[in-house]
Amino acid sequence: MTEDNKMTLTFLSRSVNEGFARGAVAAFVAQLDPTLEELADIKTAVSEAVTNSIVHGYGHPTGLITIDCYINNAKTVTISIHDDGRGISDVHQAIQPLFTESNDTERSGMGFTVMETFMDSMTVESKPDCGTTVTLTKQIGNNLNL
Amino acid sequence: MSMKIALSLRRKTLLVRLDGELDHHSSADIRDMVERAVTEQDVRNLIFDFSKLSFMDSSAIGMVIGRYKLMNALGGQVVLVCSDARMNKLIKMSGLTKLIKVYHDVDSAVKEVSEG
Repeated sequence: MTEDNKMTLTFLSRSVNEGFARGAVAAFVAQLDPTLEELADIKTAVSEAVTNSIVHGYGHPTGLITIDCYINNAKTVTISIHDDGRGISDVHQAIQPLFTESNDTERSGMGFTVMETFMDSMTVESKPDCGTTVTLTKQIGNNLNL
Repeated sequence: MSMKIALSLRRKTLLVRLDGELDHHSSADIRDMVERAVTEQDVRNLIFDFSKLSFMDSSAIGMVIGRYKLMNALGGQVVLVCSDARMNKLIKMSGLTKLIKVYHDVDSAVKEVSEG
């Protein structure tokens, strides 16, 4: 039986930290003995959320991003990614596939769609100038419990 | 976790081999290197080889679409090499396959652009 466990990670919104953030979350979740696919799903979703905070939440100058990761004895992972950036005025619009408000033409607008697809649930709480919190959950070992 | 980017040009086709993790951070280096090569050399076609990637997120899609627009404006084309099922799921999900052909190996991609 897995014990409840929790970790918190706070880092600067620099793009070089994207790899660090997803790697750290994956290393923490590894104690639940996830499949490689489950781990890849989590890494991808965390990378999307952190990139959103870096590109859309803060831009320049940088700010702090905090990830709270909680695992319980039912092998459910809850990951919350929080920034104190500019926030989102219309969350419903922002989570639509291909929507992007960035002037950077390199953005695909797929971030929230990827998070929704690869995780079991996603909630987005945001207000203009009050930052954004994205909470993602995933049940590890779901396939075995069916 | 750094990304290795290897460029090789043959018969106006630029092959971009990527080894590492493709995210928003590493996309910027790839974009800069490819744009410089396209500006300085006579490049008609672009092949992105994702075979050695250990990770990619949706930033990869944006990076490829950006280069597709560039090559389209120059009258050339972009193709992808990717055999990983997970990565292909993300590529398909994004609708990228409506614009760009995806091959399982570099030889097939080279054949496509040299005939195209």
